[in-house]
Amino acid sequence: MNIIYFLIGCSVLLALIFLAAFFWAQRSGQNDDLYTPSMRILLDDDVTDADKSDTDHF
Amino acid sequence: MTNDTILVKTSCYHCGDECSTTSFVADEKQFCCQGCKSVYQILAGNGLGSYYNYNEHPGATRTRVTKRFDYLSEPSIVNDLLDYTDDHITIVTLYIPHIHCSSCLWLLEQLNRFNPAIHYSRVDFLKKQLIVRFDHRACSLQQLAELLYDIGYEPLISLQDVIKKQNAAGKGNLVQRIAVAGFCFGNVMLLSFPEYFGLSAFEQTFKHFFGYLNIVFTLPVVFFCGREYFVSAFRNLKALTLHIDFPLALGIAVLFIRTVTEVSAHTGAGYADTLCGLVFFLLVGKFVQQKTYHHISFERDYRSFFPVAVQVLTGDTEKPIPLAQVATGQRILIRHNEIIPADAILLKGEALIDFSFVTGEAIPVNKTLGEIIYAGGRQTGDAIELEVVKPVSQSYLTQLWNNEAFTRKQDSGMKTFSETISKYFTVALLIIAFGSLLAWLFTDYRRGIDAFTAVLIIACPCALALSTPFTMAAALSIFDRNLFYLKNTRIVEQLAGIDAIVMDKTGTISIGNSKSVAIQGQLTEKQKQLVYSACSNSIHPLSRMICQFLGNYKKLPVTGYKEIAGKGITATIENDILRLGSGAFVFGFAEGGAPNTSVHVMVNSHYLGYFQFAQEYRAGMENIGCLNDNYELFLLSGDHDHERTDLVKFFKADKRMHFNQSPQDKLDFIKALQQKGRQVLMLGDGLNDSGALKQSDVGIAVTDDVNNFSPGCDAILDGKSFGKLPAFLRFAKDTVTVVRLSFLISLTYNIIGLSYAVTGHLSPLIAAILMPLSTVTIISFTTLATHFAAKKRKLI
Repeated sequence: MNIIYFLIGCSVLLALIFLAAFFWAQRSGQNDDLYTPSMRILLDDDVTDADKSDTDHF
Repeated sequence: MTNDTILVKTSCYHCGDECSTTSFVADEKQFCCQGCKSVYQILAGNGLGSYYNYNEHPGATRTRVTKRFDYLSEPSIVNDLLDYTDDHITIVTLYIPHIHCSSCLWLLEQLNRFNPAIHYSRVDFLKKQLIVRFDHRACSLQQLAELLYDIGYEPLISLQDVIKKQNAAGKGNLVQRIAVAGFCFGNVMLLSFPEYFGLSAFEQTFKHFFGYLNIVFTLPVVFFCGREYFVSAFRNLKALTLHIDFPLALGIAVLFIRTVTEVSAHTGAGYADTLCGLVFFLLVGKFVQQKTYHHISFERDYRSFFPVAVQVLTGDTEKPIPLAQVATGQRILIRHNEIIPADAILLKGEALIDFSFVTGEAIPVNKTLGEIIYAGGRQTGDAIELEVVKPVSQSYLTQLWNNEAFTRKQDSGMKTFSETISKYFTVALLIIAFGSLLAWLFTDYRRGIDAFTAVLIIACPCALALSTPFTMAAALSIFDRNLFYLKNTRIVEQLAGIDAIVMDKTGTISIGNSKSVAIQGQLTEKQKQLVYSACSNSIHPLSRMICQFLGNYKKLPVTGYKEIAGKGITATIENDILRLGSGAFVFGFAEGGAPNTSVHVMVNSHYLGYFQFAQEYRAGMENIGCLNDNYELFLLSGDHDHERTDLVKFFKADKRMHFNQSPQDKLDFIKALQQKGRQVLMLGDGLNDSGALKQSDVGIAVTDDVNNFSPGCDAILDGKSFGKLPAFLRFAKDTVTVVRLSFLISLTYNIIGLSYAVTGHLSPLIAAILMPLSTVTIISFTTLATHFAAKKRKLI
């Protein structure tokens, strides 16, 4: 059953990595604006005349 | 009006306003004005026509077409506005009130298609901010502002933005603390399960290992996440007040110490999971309470109303100067629609000043040369020159901000229910804790200490501390849904305690400048056309309203025209002579007893009747009258008392209405009421109410557009919801009842827990179950009860 020590060590380490990732996201301002990206994703890339033919396939 | 072409309404392709002429057409699209048309042409010319595909009529109407960003060429002003600048890169954050749809977002993030010197532009939609990174060698800030103006997104640059410091740090830190507490809570829970489910004899080594690991996890919870409770408790002790943070800190400390001693002495498993859960839930409660409205500012003062700079004339040259540097004796130039920032003497030009923001009086007043014009007025005629007699901060209007009401500390008002109760709660808790310690001390001192700590743990007012934040947060979102925005959760309880209501008139209970027009007398179509033609020459608001009221007529050529400002118009059209204006102007003597503003009409010496302008009150004003039963209702108006007879039906008693009140008078009136022991609610709208709003226990700014300027206040109410005010007040009272009930519930849990605790036999499992259970009960009860109350008051 000594494997428990290793398993708990692994799980805590993993959880710490996620916590660190969250801290990084928070510090780098990724959670500052949670609304605008949801609108931005709905906007299409501009269709210029040059690549209009591509879109016609749809 | 039988002509079909008039009945067909075309709306402007850019802004959606109704087009009154057909003279602005581009690419077969109709526009209401030259401004809208030119925005369209700029966008179309840059291949950005897709702007119009995402939403119909996304633009802002553009009736004003002069640019006013000269002051952005002044380095001293610009440097205060920039976020960052170096040799070639500048970053600036601009507030753009018009941001409202996906078209705005799309267009503003394509700024580099207009000017390649703009590297990057990003919109923060809720804050209505635009962050731009640009090369200032190729594009100055002034050019950037002008570009934004040209495409219909005028940045609002005000003095307060210059001074304002972003204070987003507080909330970010709280989120991190919640993350850490949640992380530890989860791990500790898992590690505690084996203990609760029972470990066999040969697994006892694991028990110690889990115990030590739990202690490691509680360290950041106590010293990082829960630190503020100790700081606050210590500060309260020093000030000799008992705040709810004191029993909380005591609970956290006892939990921690007992866990450490039990684990290290191998006498038990400790309460690590209860401790982590407690801190986690408390922090979540704190987070819920912190609701922020990014697009609304509650802290505005005159600085956000005044321009950043003013044009100062030295000799023949004009130069923009920051407001703070404007000194007495300087000559300033105020153009059409600009605000006079300091008390000044009129030197040159025709001044027609709209003081609606300062006095509440909607009709502009004429000023003659040499007269002193007080700060805060808006020039509505052509450019004028003035000599400053007082610096900006000492002017008549801005002096109000030197009043002690503005320097007073914020939270000196009422005590909230939980603050009052927590004092008694703490005392009772300490008595029970020491009582059980003494009871056991002489028979079994170990058991005494066990009982003492167990009482402090179990009675730790977690549920009590959570009931207020969760109830108030639910109430806030109900208010929010009804277009009533509160600064913070405290205001709900203060609303519930109100017993006197004071209202401003213009802009608050009556709608800004819109008055209903009615003709008294008979006018033929021809005569109406004559009046329309004469009035369309005048910029006086009453003339404009008459034109609007009469509708679309073909304008006849006016051969002779003379306007005596503030009195009336004489016009010669074809062979008819028209006289329009006040009684004194038209008949030569003042009319007596006319209750409302009126414009008399005389054609070729025949008196035809008059236009009557009646003040329109906000929809729902009749509901306000009902407030008289439970509250003392007062009216304070900066205006004249010609509406006294109309208003008496709402305010019942004549002596409750006060007219001709200066901003200082209003403040003093509120203060006098408060000295009589009243809790005063003030409803106002303009700068003239700022003092009263600040002095009152709850100051509500009423506005038609929450993004527009509103003075510093505790809450902002959208004019559309004005009639719901009685429901809001009742709902606030319901909310306080919910808090009280949830306090009873949490007290019941405490008593159940205490019955175990005083015996000294508190198993960690009971603590670990009781704490989250009471928390969940409180959260679900408050949320449901608040929603039920809102339904009862018809707010959802």
